[in-house]
Amino acid sequence: MLADKDRIFTNIYGFHDKSLKGAMARGHWDGTKGFIDQGRDWIIQQIKDSGLRGRGGAGFPTGLKWSFMPKQSDGRPHYLVVNADESEPGTCKDREILRNDPHTLVEGCLIAGCAMGAHVGYIYVRGEFIREREALQRAIDECYDAGLLGKGNKNGWDFDLYVHHGAGAYICGEETALLESLEGKKGQPRLKPPFPANMGLYGCPTTVNNVESIAVTPTILRRGATWFSSFGKPNNVGTKLFCVSGHVNKPATFEEAMSVPFSELVEKHCGGIRGGKDNLLAVIPGGSSVPLVPAEQIWDAAMDFDTLRGLKSGLGTAAVIVLDKSTDVVKAITRISYFYKHESCGQCTPCREGTGWMWRVLSRMSEGRAQKKEIDMLLEVAGQVEGHTICALGDAAAWPVQGLIRHFRHEIEKKIDAYSANPHGEPVRIAAE
Amino acid sequence: MSVRRLAPDEVQPASFAFTADNLAWAQQTIAKYPAERKASAVIPLLWRAQEQHAYWLPKAAIEYIADMLDMPYIRVFEVATFYTMFQLQPVGKKAHIQVCGTTPCMLRGAEALIKVCKSRIHHEPFHLSEDGDFSWEEVECAGACVNAPMIQVFSDTYEDLTPASLEKILDAFARGETPTPGPQNGRHGAEPEGGALTLRDLPFNAAGTVVAEKPKAAPAAQPIEAGPSAEALALAAKEEAEIKAKLATLAADATPEQKADAVGTRPQGLASARSGASDKLQRIKGIGPVNEGKLHALGIFHFDQIAAWTREEIRWVGTYLAFPGRIDREEWTAQAKSLAAGGPSAKE
Repeated sequence: MLADKDRIFTNIYGFHDKSLKGAMARGHWDGTKGFIDQGRDWIIQQIKDSGLRGRGGAGFPTGLKWSFMPKQSDGRPHYLVVNADESEPGTCKDREILRNDPHTLVEGCLIAGCAMGAHVGYIYVRGEFIREREALQRAIDECYDAGLLGKGNKNGWDFDLYVHHGAGAYICGEETALLESLEGKKGQPRLKPPFPANMGLYGCPTTVNNVESIAVTPTILRRGATWFSSFGKPNNVGTKLFCVSGHVNKPATFEEAMSVPFSELVEKHCGGIRGGKDNLLAVIPGGSSVPLVPAEQIWDAAMDFDTLRGLKSGLGTAAVIVLDKSTDVVKAITRISYFYKHESCGQCTPCREGTGWMWRVLSRMSEGRAQKKEIDMLLEVAGQVEGHTICALGDAAAWPVQGLIRHFRHEIEKKIDAYSANPHGEPVRIAAE
Repeated sequence: MSVRRLAPDEVQPASFAFTADNLAWAQQTIAKYPAERKASAVIPLLWRAQEQHAYWLPKAAIEYIADMLDMPYIRVFEVATFYTMFQLQPVGKKAHIQVCGTTPCMLRGAEALIKVCKSRIHHEPFHLSEDGDFSWEEVECAGACVNAPMIQVFSDTYEDLTPASLEKILDAFARGETPTPGPQNGRHGAEPEGGALTLRDLPFNAAGTVVAEKPKAAPAAQPIEAGPSAEALALAAKEEAEIKAKLATLAADATPEQKADAVGTRPQGLASARSGASDKLQRIKGIGPVNEGKLHALGIFHFDQIAAWTREEIRWVGTYLAFPGRIDREEWTAQAKSLAAGGPSAKE
């Protein structure tokens, strides 16, 4: 288990003092001016050397992303936007940072702002996190009062930080939809290119980062890139917040080294699988959008980007949803399918129509009211949605369905057999719906 | 996508205006964004209007905010109908219950919570209860998955729920109270149930050395966080394994007494409570009405009886109640000692 002294988030459960004073006692806001004095190139190089990959799901190298911002301003301001629109089912790590350890994020914003030449930052918090954004605003106010933020602050980089919020749209976690929403519109993703680093918020160069990616940077600079990269396997380094939910004895959020085996996550931190190891059915390892992995493949797997991609799944946000053998797996995926139907923004036809279609067919299948040839048809339609939309929501809706059919086709067939073995008034029709 | 429409004309108020406080707040909020980008403030302003107007957004408020931000009405209507936290119909006066129904909550019993809402409030979502005090809806993931299942009521979340604790929360709202938000099973936040396994000691500074900040009010106000020590937990786990091994040798249809007798000694019970009044054993965290009943049947009525249990007796009772190890994990005897001495329990 990761030692307490190697944890970046030292107040993730909120047992200690959440104020600026408490945060400083735990070592935050220490030597911040020194990092800023070394300049943006040094900061970006440190982050690149640390091997930090974005914590929002895609795992894009953070230092590289920052380096895409124009070196010289052409007169347009640069913006830092922090994506705190955490909505992926299973994910609840940013919530703990926002409400219990907000100073990690606020300090990170100042440093990231300096690294990308931005003097203004917006933190876009999801609408449901009302107490969380109040806690974050308190932390920012404390920093203004202490002269750590604002114009002419002690750290030597003028920086204004504002809290903005949404109102319950999952799609605003997609970076361009988030920018649209921040501009006061419906959250419908933009076509790329132009990429936000050239044309982002208000048409200005913008970088959008996940909360956790930004919040870990001050500690990386303080303790050194080699310290951070000493955890985990090559290309998958650092520490990471995991949130384990579902059928474990004690669901919890905690920080662990990357590439920790799945078995260690559940046995050491979560009191084991409900009903014991043999009762494990499958795991959704990275938030609802990644395909599920059956028990025998996940148990010894290292929890990192590359290993899970090898299992045709993904680390995503490290939101681990555990399903035990009491789960009706078809129904569980049907509910995920409903989520994507509900959250599709309606812009692209394959997603708007496809998510609803997949959900309706899956709901019939979870009752067994379907024909076996429809399973292949469902797989084909999922493939038609995947990759044919502006943003990744289409993919996110297709992957769980593909994962279900890949590993649990027999469960669907069993339901269909059970249904057709009994007499029913209405014949099962195969319909275009 | 979902189709969302404004409330019918007969319930729409004729006009809407911010209160003086909210107006001042709105001006500050607009100032966060560049002067020619006032539209950015539309979501925060609509939200404030909803909070001011009994948690639902009338047409007049949408138009009022459009005027304030120099936006065409249709653009603000688009926003109000796109974002699902904007309630376009009146909601319950005392509480609008938003039950998270997405898979992580569903796996841990959200469907049972929805059943409670259906039976107590209305069988359909978005409908007011008969007295107009309550309404409910099923929402998509609200981001508290390790504390599933959960509900959100206006600004607060209530987590780690069971149908029984949801009923209690509804009762409190019905009485006009605001129940204490957060986990409802004794947890503090996102730590594992029964106490955090990490970050329990003094916090560390950036260099990895201990700094001299005391954990905030750990033992007195939040006794659960202290929890049993690591050694005690390890011991309990070892004992649990032994008990399991012993139980495996018994016949499958062994009664609870037979099982318990195999691993421990039955504690001496009283024929009836002293002076006819038993202590309220449910004050101990971990003892609910069912277990209280079972303990009474064993002749256990008082805190001092529990406080005096030996290891053998703890093993017996734990096995009899069919959750070996839990008495240690929840520290019943220590809680009982505190209660017997007139102090609080972990629950309180």
